[in-house]
Amino acid sequence: MKRPLKRSNAPIFWALFGAGGMLSALLGPMLVFITGIAVPLGLLLPADTMSYPKMLAFAQNLIGKGFIFAIIALFLWHAAHRIFHSLHDIGIHAGRGARLLCYGLAMLGTVLAAYALLATGF
Amino acid sequence: MSKRRPYVRPMDGWWRKNPYFVEYMIHEGTALFVAAYAAVLLFGLLRLAQGEAAWNGWLLALKSPWSIGFHLLALAAIGYHAYTWFKIMPRTMPPLVVGGKRLPAWAITGGGLAAAGAASLLLFVLVWGLAR
Repeated sequence: MKRPLKRSNAPIFWALFGAGGMLSALLGPMLVFITGIAVPLGLLLPADTMSYPKMLAFAQNLIGKGFIFAIIALFLWHAAHRIFHSLHDIGIHAGRGARLLCYGLAMLGTVLAAYALLATGF
Repeated sequence: MSKRRPYVRPMDGWWRKNPYFVEYMIHEGTALFVAAYAAVLLFGLLRLAQGEAAWNGWLLALKSPWSIGFHLLALAAIGYHAYTWFKIMPRTMPPLVVGGKRLPAWAITGGGLAAAGAASLLLFVLVWGLAR
């Protein structure tokens, strides 16, 4: 008896992992440097680079919204996938619970980011 | 149910015995910093949506020594992630054939690192231009 192959959901999670990995490899270090080091310490960039009016304008712009959403959501999905698969390597036999926790947190972060980007208006 | 307990070879700390796997665990571990940094940004975004006072509180928190220390560690970890991401790319992507010859691994890694450098520079110039 032949049964149709069950479709795997792996490619979806792998694609999100890959996209987040690529984005964080291309832009991650510079983003950390800008938002976490240069602006707080007043190095290289103008002191008001991340002032409220400027960041609000950026978050209200459609391109800005898309950029912020892609960075936060894809970074989270990348990390969730990698951490989930590393659980096995450190001796935790990850089952449904660990899967729900890892991908669930990424999903929660994605929904919160979408909510905040809608709340900042257009 | 049977009561027998078959021998299971203990695997605790298996990766610590081989430098190759130590490196593997470190590059997988960078995901913790990617997640933490995304959480910092998400928190900032939620504060931005709450108004000016909330946003300024987040900006102030970024100036604390703990935050600077975290971001220095995150810069090292995510920088290392970027390096390893392109280092293993010859094995994670399908073979690339240019002019009938398979593109060598160093060209893929080098091209990826060059793209990351160019993208980072472009991002910095864009932010500088927008903020000026």
